[in-house]
Amino acid sequence: MAIDIIYGERVSAGVDKDAVGGGLWLSGDDLKRVSGWEFKPQGFCKGDVCVPVPDARKHEFVAGRRYNLAALANLLGQPVVTDEEHHAWCFGEAAAERKRMLTSLDAPDFTLPDLDGKMHSLSDYRGKKVFVVSWASW
Amino acid sequence: MPIAIAFDSGGNAATEPWIKAAKPTYPCLIDRRHIVAELYDMVNVPTAVWIDERGRIVRPSEPAGVTDAFRKMNHTDFSIPADAMAELQAKRKAYQDALRDWVANGSKSRFALSETEVLKRMHTPDDAQVRAAANFRLGEYLFEKGHAESAKKYFEEAKRLRPESWNYKRQAWALEDPMKAGGPEFWAAVDSLGEEKYYPGAEDI
Repeated sequence: MAIDIIYGERVSAGVDKDAVGGGLWLSGDDLKRVSGWEFKPQGFCKGDVCVPVPDARKHEFVAGRRYNLAALANLLGQPVVTDEEHHAWCFGEAAAERKRMLTSLDAPDFTLPDLDGKMHSLSDYRGKKVFVVSWASW
Repeated sequence: MPIAIAFDSGGNAATEPWIKAAKPTYPCLIDRRHIVAELYDMVNVPTAVWIDERGRIVRPSEPAGVTDAFRKMNHTDFSIPADAMAELQAKRKAYQDALRDWVANGSKSRFALSETEVLKRMHTPDDAQVRAAANFRLGEYLFEKGHAESAKKYFEEAKRLRPESWNYKRQAWALEDPMKAGGPEFWAAVDSLGEEKYYPGAEDI
């Protein structure tokens, strides 16, 4: 079955999901493309970070060459919201990670378009004081 | 450098007339998914964060030069009594003066807060909040794909999990009908706050 996966700011459409059982079982290639995580001997890794999987629970995460992204999200404390009708899965950020980012007091970076579609990042303005102010049309 | 962020799932169509009218000399960015609201824990507009030259937060998110005095506005003709108008103008000026003081004096400004004070004023992200954000994100995604009816359930869940977020409430109303976010439903919700503030933290400047 093909599903859409929203993983943080990454959106992947038409990802192949195993129809059997619960969870969200993906191939290793899809796991990396969708989420940035890879399964290695030491556990699930992204960049310099590795999260070990308890041996006794390994079957919840790995089956042959398929990996359960929903179980990984659960292990990391990430919220997962799914819409069955439209085959969409949305993975949010874990509260602990949000807290760590915010309380470091290093302003979290973001990249967004202006009206012309030109992308701007907060980090483009490092070296200047920045006044980030929100508004809305509504 | 000011950076204006529009929390607007309506994208360019919703924001363009306002941005064009403002003739901005600074970046005006469109945040359809309310990403900045999530990153900086903003639950309302206008809300601002001050970031110094090293990328450090020196004032966490807070109402930017506004107060609850707007609640005295007439709900049908939008007129504001003179005393409320004076209070709104005074708050706006005090906030702008504070901002100019920081621009001129940097870390020596009394408005650039210590790390301890910034942390004290910050709300700590919790599970309900990140779950609300994920629901809002899925709702926005479905809406963008043309599934407005399916999206409603996730907007409702985001609103339930994060009742203090006026961004979720008003954005969801606006997607139903652009007039709804400032209409009778909005005023009824504001009135139901009673003694509670619509702009908590506005008293800090």
